[in-house]
Amino acid sequence: MTKKAKRAMTGAECSAEAMKQINPDVVAAYPITPQTPVMHTFSQFVADGAVETEFITVESEHSAMSACVGSAAAGARTMTATSANGLALMWEVVYIAASTRLPIVMNVVNRALSGPINIHCDHSDSMGCRDSGWIQLYSENGEEAYENTLMAVRIAEHKDVLLPVMVCQDGFITSHSVETVELLDDESAKAFVKEHEAVDPLLNVENPVTYGPLDLFDYYFEHKMQQVDAMEHSKRVIREIFDEFGTLTGKKYDFFEGEHLEDAERIILCTNSTAGTARVVVEELRAKGEKAGLVKMRVFRPFLNEEVVAKLKNAKAVAVLDRAASFGGYGGPIFMEVRSAFHEEKEKPVMINYIYGLGGREMDTTQIKTIFSELSAAANSAPGDLGSVIRYSGVRE
Amino acid sequence: MAERPKGWREIPIGGKILEAGNSVKYKTGDWRTFRPIHDPEKCINCMICWMMCPDSCILVGGSECPAKGKKGVSDNPKLGNFGGFDLEHCKGCGICAESCPVKAISMKEEKEIKE
Repeated sequence: MTKKAKRAMTGAECSAEAMKQINPDVVAAYPITPQTPVMHTFSQFVADGAVETEFITVESEHSAMSACVGSAAAGARTMTATSANGLALMWEVVYIAASTRLPIVMNVVNRALSGPINIHCDHSDSMGCRDSGWIQLYSENGEEAYENTLMAVRIAEHKDVLLPVMVCQDGFITSHSVETVELLDDESAKAFVKEHEAVDPLLNVENPVTYGPLDLFDYYFEHKMQQVDAMEHSKRVIREIFDEFGTLTGKKYDFFEGEHLEDAERIILCTNSTAGTARVVVEELRAKGEKAGLVKMRVFRPFLNEEVVAKLKNAKAVAVLDRAASFGGYGGPIFMEVRSAFHEEKEKPVMINYIYGLGGREMDTTQIKTIFSELSAAANSAPGDLGSVIRYSGVRE
Repeated sequence: MAERPKGWREIPIGGKILEAGNSVKYKTGDWRTFRPIHDPEKCINCMICWMMCPDSCILVGGSECPAKGKKGVSDNPKLGNFGGFDLEHCKGCGICAESCPVKAISMKEEKEIKE
C-alpha cells in the first residue's frame, strides 16, 4: 500500500509539490504577477536543489509557453504554470503547443481576465482556452490539484494522446487556502509518472526531424483531424489513468463525479471549489430527506456527452453552474455543452444555467440553497412557464 | 504534385517532418500564374536572368544548350549558357523578364498555355 502523508498546504503548494515529485526536465515560467505561488514555491525547490529541473525565468508569458514548446520538442519533460492574463498572453503559443502535439503540463490558477482589472477567481481564463486543443482537468481542492497534476503527465505523454494538459484550480479560494491534504510518498509518485520517453525529439541528431513547418491548405486540415482523433483517444486513456491512479489513492476518479444520483431529483452540476460548497448544501438537504444531488465536472476537454447524460437524465431539474460568461452566447460554456448533450434524448430534465462568481464574487451556501429551491419550482413548472433559462447568481440589480 | 496527397491517418502528427531533406520532393512550380517564355533569337546569353532569379530557376546549360549556334552562345564547355527554366520550382515572379536587357524573356499566363 502506498504511504500517504497528511499535511496542511495551500492549493498552489499542492501543485508545486506534485511538480517536485515529477521533477520535470524543464520548467519555463514568467516570475512576476500574474504568476502564482505555484511557481514561487517551485522556484524555492529549484534553489534548494530539491529538483534537477532546468528552470527558465522568461520575460513574458508568451515567452514562457514558447520556451516550453521548444523544450518539449527537444524531448524534455516540460511544465509551467500561469493564471488569468498570463494565460491570455500565452494564447498564440497555447494553440501551437497543442497542434505541435507537445505533452506540456500546465497548472492554471483560475482567475478573472481584466478588465476592469481584477485578480480574483473565475474561469474566464481557462474557458477561453476551450478550443485550443488542450485537455482540461479541474480540481475541487488542493489535493485534487496535486492528483490531477500527477495524472496529467501520464495522460499528456500517452502515445495515443500526445496533447498538452491544463490542470485548473480556483484562484485564492483553492490556491491560497490551507487545507489538510493527503499526498503520495515521493517514490510512489515517481513510479506512477514513470520516466519520460520523448517522441521524435529535436535533439536526436541520429534522426533529424523538422517541427513547425508551413502547412497551409494542403495539410493543415489533416493535422486538425489528427487532433480531433487524439482527443477521442484521450477519453479512453484518461479513464485508464484515473483507474490506475485510483489503485494508489483508494479513490475513484471520473469525468463527472456524482453524489446521491441514485434518486436525485434536483442536481447541481459545477466544477472546482464550488463543488465543495454545493456538497455542504446537498448533505443538509439530504438530512432533511430532500432528493438533492451533485455532479462535479473534473474533465471539460474532452467532454463526455454520454456520461453527462447518464448522470443527469433521471433528474427532474438540473442547474449548471458556470463561473464564466460567454457574452452573446446562450449561457456559459459548461451549460452549452451539457444542454447540447441532451439534444438527442427524448426524456430530459429541465435545465437552468447559473452564471456566478465572476471576478471572485462570493458563492455561498445561501445562494446554492436558493438555486435548489428555484430548481424545485422549475421541476414543477408548466411547459413554457420556466422563466429565464440563463440566470445570474450573486450579481446586484 | 500529380499523386493524391496523403490522408490524415497517413502523415506524421503535429505537422512534423520525420524525413530529413525531403524538401527536394516539394515542387513549388504550381504556385505560378505566369510562365517565362524564352526567345533564343533575342537572347544574348548574358546570364543576367540567372543572377537575378530569386529561386535559382534559370538552368545553366553547357555548350550543347538549346540555344547552341545562336549569337552569344559560347562553345567553351567551361562557360555557362542559358539552359532553360526549372518549371518545377519557378513561381513566375517575372524578375527574369524584367531584368533581361534585350527583352528575350516574356511572361505568359499559364491558363493560356494550358489552353
